[in-house]
Amino acid sequence: MKVLTRWFSRNLIRIYMVLGFTYLFIPVAYTFAFSFNDYIKSNLVWRGFTWNNWKQPCGVLDVCPALGNSIKIGLLATFIATILGTLIAFALGRYAFRGRAVTNTLIFLPMASPELVLGASLLTIFLNLGMNLGFWTIVIAHVMFCISFVVVTVKARIASLDPRLEQAAMDLYANERETFRRVTFPLVAPGIAGAALLAFSLSFDDFIITNFNSGTTITFPLYVYTHAERGLPAQANVIGSAMFFLALIIVVLGQVVSAKRKVGTK
Amino acid sequence: MAEVVRTSGGATAELKKKSLIPYFLLAPGLLWLALFFVAPIITLVGTATKTQGAGIGEFIQTYRWANYWDALTGASAQFGRSFLYAFIATLLALAIAYPLAYGIAFKSGKYKNILLVLVVAPFFCSFILRTIAWKQILGQNGPVFRTLVDLHLISSTTHITASVPAVIIGLAYNFLPFMTLPLYGSLERIDPRVLEASGDLYANAFTTFRRVTVPLSMPGVVAGTLLTFIPAAGDYVNAEILGNPSTKMIGNVINAQFLNTQDYPTAAALSFILMIAISIMVMIYVRKAGTEELV
Repeated sequence: MKVLTRWFSRNLIRIYMVLGFTYLFIPVAYTFAFSFNDYIKSNLVWRGFTWNNWKQPCGVLDVCPALGNSIKIGLLATFIATILGTLIAFALGRYAFRGRAVTNTLIFLPMASPELVLGASLLTIFLNLGMNLGFWTIVIAHVMFCISFVVVTVKARIASLDPRLEQAAMDLYANERETFRRVTFPLVAPGIAGAALLAFSLSFDDFIITNFNSGTTITFPLYVYTHAERGLPAQANVIGSAMFFLALIIVVLGQVVSAKRKVGTK
Repeated sequence: MAEVVRTSGGATAELKKKSLIPYFLLAPGLLWLALFFVAPIITLVGTATKTQGAGIGEFIQTYRWANYWDALTGASAQFGRSFLYAFIATLLALAIAYPLAYGIAFKSGKYKNILLVLVVAPFFCSFILRTIAWKQILGQNGPVFRTLVDLHLISSTTHITASVPAVIIGLAYNFLPFMTLPLYGSLERIDPRVLEASGDLYANAFTTFRRVTVPLSMPGVVAGTLLTFIPAAGDYVNAEILGNPSTKMIGNVINAQFLNTQDYPTAAALSFILMIAISIMVMIYVRKAGTEELV
């Protein structure tokens, strides 16, 4: 009994971690398991195992066009937000200028506002301007809320750079442009890649802001939400699970590459 | 008067001054934010003071500021509920995330990076899908309900979903990574020698945790609780999927008024009040917690 209590107190944190991760992954595991369900109409009760849903991920009306929209919007929004955000991050990380405090506040506020307020206020301005809601209004909205996250991520990377590397490049007669192209930018690039991945996942998964500004355009989260009541096809689970594994693979590969690089430089 | 930044490498970098370059770098991004963040919020304030015109969805600007008061009193119950649910969910998330972040920071050795990835990983499986999964897991046909009924812990006529606890569990679940990451960030920065020193000075493990670890992790606690509380207070998806009509939060009201009844002035007023209320709470909280290094 005493041995058991000692084992428990020594491994308390580990037990707790296992419980915490279980809580995090229960819904993911459920979604994955039910992607193999041989369902009829609504995917609520387990009826038996099948590969069919994975073989025909587009087998249900509207689900793949919705996914396509989400990917297109995600890529566009990520592209624009990453460029705009990286430029701001370089200005904040490398230059002294008037208006720094205002800029910081303007970057921080969108992250500190509830999504609902962001979505609702954008809708009011689109309505007032008489703009047609749809694909482009979603892109505009997604770029808006992604910029701040890109700035914060890239800025952190710039701040962690050792300035002596840039000084060394200048000492070796590289001019400012060459130093940036050959030293600074390659060192900041992993941060930019991370920021882009973050922006894409935020855009791809966004529901609240999109729901306000989508008009008749359907994205994947909107599809899932509107079909939840009538019964969600297992194809939605297939797409959710596939995205999950895809993202996991990308992140793990990124980690492996950066680990290798670190070993290489040492 | 040269402005200098300290980097984590310990060296200092002098910021370049007197140049127009930073303004060119800032301009496109800040213009985007001005057009699609600042201008919309200002429009929101104006829309809130309009009154009903001839047809549905038509409104005339009458600068009726009383709209704000009417909106607030009309939805005070939902406001109260939102902040209460968000508050409990934040505490719950903190209780779950703290040991998790602590374990990752101090007890996971070479698996640290993999575990960190796992904290964020559920994000990639759509947020709506996961909330619906909770509904089905806790629902009448789900494993949890059946087990509890079989064990005679609850009767088969009650239900776990469509309730206040289900909404709060869903909120705490959804924003857990937002809580865990900043906590990890501040715990990971603690120098293990500080903890050893505390032990050398005859503090036991619990005293060390309470007097050294917790105070040093406060910036993470503040950032994590804010990143959980703010989105939770404005959320309506959890209340919609996991709740019932009497668990409606302010988000449900705003959403319905914008998209269903098209009562734009009231919805705009409620959105603005929500934003102001959250800002005031955040300011008081940050001042009390005494940390300013948030971003």
